[in-house]
Amino acid sequence: MADSPSNNEYWSANMRLVAICLVIWAVVSFGFGILLRPMLSGIAVGGTDLGFWFAQQGSILVFLALIFFYAWRMNTLDKQHGVDEE
Amino acid sequence: MEQYTLNLIFVGATFALYIGIAIWARAGSTSEFYAAGRGVHPVTNGMATAADWMSAASFISMAGLIAFTGYDNSTYLMGWTGGYVLLAMLLAPYLRKFGKFTVPEFIGDRFYSPTARVVAVVCLIVASVTYVIGQMTGVGVAFSRFLEVDNATGLYIGAAIVFMYAVLGGMKGVTYTQVAQYCVLIVAYTIPAIFISLQLTGNPIPALGLFSDHVASGQPLLERLDQVVQELGFAEYTGHHSNTFDMFLFTMSLMIGTAGLPHVIIRFFTVPKVADARWSAGWALVFIALLYLTAPAVGAMARLNLIDTVYPNGTTEAPIAYDDRPEWMQNWEVTGLLSFQDANGDGLIQWYNAGSADFAATAEERGWAGSELTVNRDILVLANPEIANLPGWVIALVAAGGLAAALSTAAGLLLAISGAISHDLIKGQLNPNISEKAELLSARIAMAGAIAVATYLGLNPPGFAAQTVALAFGLAAASIFPALMMGIFSKRVNNKGAVAGMLAGLIVTVVYIFLHKGWFFIPGTNTFTDADPLLGPVKSTSFGAIGAVINFAVAYLVSNATDEPPQEIRDLVESIRVPRGAGAAQDH
Repeated sequence: MADSPSNNEYWSANMRLVAICLVIWAVVSFGFGILLRPMLSGIAVGGTDLGFWFAQQGSILVFLALIFFYAWRMNTLDKQHGVDEE
Repeated sequence: MEQYTLNLIFVGATFALYIGIAIWARAGSTSEFYAAGRGVHPVTNGMATAADWMSAASFISMAGLIAFTGYDNSTYLMGWTGGYVLLAMLLAPYLRKFGKFTVPEFIGDRFYSPTARVVAVVCLIVASVTYVIGQMTGVGVAFSRFLEVDNATGLYIGAAIVFMYAVLGGMKGVTYTQVAQYCVLIVAYTIPAIFISLQLTGNPIPALGLFSDHVASGQPLLERLDQVVQELGFAEYTGHHSNTFDMFLFTMSLMIGTAGLPHVIIRFFTVPKVADARWSAGWALVFIALLYLTAPAVGAMARLNLIDTVYPNGTTEAPIAYDDRPEWMQNWEVTGLLSFQDANGDGLIQWYNAGSADFAATAEERGWAGSELTVNRDILVLANPEIANLPGWVIALVAAGGLAAALSTAAGLLLAISGAISHDLIKGQLNPNISEKAELLSARIAMAGAIAVATYLGLNPPGFAAQTVALAFGLAAASIFPALMMGIFSKRVNNKGAVAGMLAGLIVTVVYIFLHKGWFFIPGTNTFTDADPLLGPVKSTSFGAIGAVINFAVAYLVSNATDEPPQEIRDLVESIRVPRGAGAAQDH
């Protein structure tokens, strides 16, 4: 196992990444899909508005992208900090 | 060939496949029984997780709920997928690194307390049993419709089949049968959706068809739908009519509940590596998204088709006569889930929103005396291919898919329940020296017991399948998720804090649910209703998010008022935070 300072650096890098991803997660679903929908009502998408699209399609697509991005980024971080599984 | 025979062939063939796989993959050791020997590839695991996850509520019920309400029920779509982001980032890799078999085992070890483990078992059983009741109800309804037997008989047949493969196969049997079930359910869900999307919009991808032009009218599909529903006095389909705060809380409850449901979490114990646990969550969501991106299109298109069926000449013209109604309506009338009441005695089927004050004048002018058609929302997906006049084999396929969804989830939940009882309660607490063989036997007995209880309660369910399932999410959100998260992300939360937090979250949520749904779900014992809840707009299904906040707050306050966890526990938390050194599962 790597030494403690490196682990702390690893852990704070992980926390930063999680924080960024969860902000995006909240903005597309609770934000664009629910609370901010009135602000997006001017942008038309196929017979309705962008908020409706985010609530029924967009947020799910963003969730997918977030998980794969996180998995890829964390597996890289594991290697950089020497804490990956051999 | 008759529809009944076709249904029997499709349902029978898929069941033979599941049982065949269960027998072929029969588990030998305890490690295999719970976690398939950790040899499951992330993509395979993702597919099995998707089948485990998507229950009768997702397959049979969700599109119907969206169809009849529109935008407001987008909560189910966001809530039941957004939880995977939390799982992938906050729980799955760490629990895999911890390397034990069950959720209570983690809670017991991390909070160095047998009491915490027992409390976790209680939380798990309360949430899972509530969930299984919903599934068994769905199994009963689907079986009785397609095999043309009564509800109780359908339920007994379903229970017998769940018992056979879950008890014989354990996790490994379940993993591979669930891969087969995923394939059946996703094909069954998308094929009719593609046909209908082509009919209505010419676009073969339903998710794109939803935002395309409606061929018959030339208008965008959603604009057309908004127009026809409003011509009948219903609320605008794409509009926001529910309380925003409750919508927010409900979505949050479903998301946290997803990440706190033990039968989903144990899936991530079965992958070979920590890195794979992260990928697994992504793959699970890929397979789930295939259905969830299609569901809103299924809902909108079914609503439009249903209106066109009743008003073939347009919503401003006269509806069809009851004597000319299509065969599918007659079929569903037999089940009592669709009914016609000729209020004004003209023999025509007037279907509109009789509760709308704005529409009352129009209705009176046309001589309408109330809406005459009652359609249960849960039949929409199953009836969808019939409404769209699709061939008989598609209808039979949907029957097989609906049953696959309900049975796979029931089996996964039963496995989590039996694991908690045999592994955490009996081996962990009551009799630590129990032999591997006896532990396996007690797991199977626990499973049989859980099926018996769920079948009994499924005969007299507390509500619709989807309502019961939403309550289970609230319970998991309020009890299990906060304990797991604090166990990983805080070194300060101790045994007393965790136990107090879980109990506070669980009890407050259970009481709130019972106040609105009746004590122990007995009808008539409720003080409030979800139409007029105790706390302003907060419905009992949305309360899980508040229960989770209470859990976090109580655990934090109690921990800070009591001793710090010992050094070895802080070391344990350090070690689960890094992937290096994750081996195979260690038994106690």
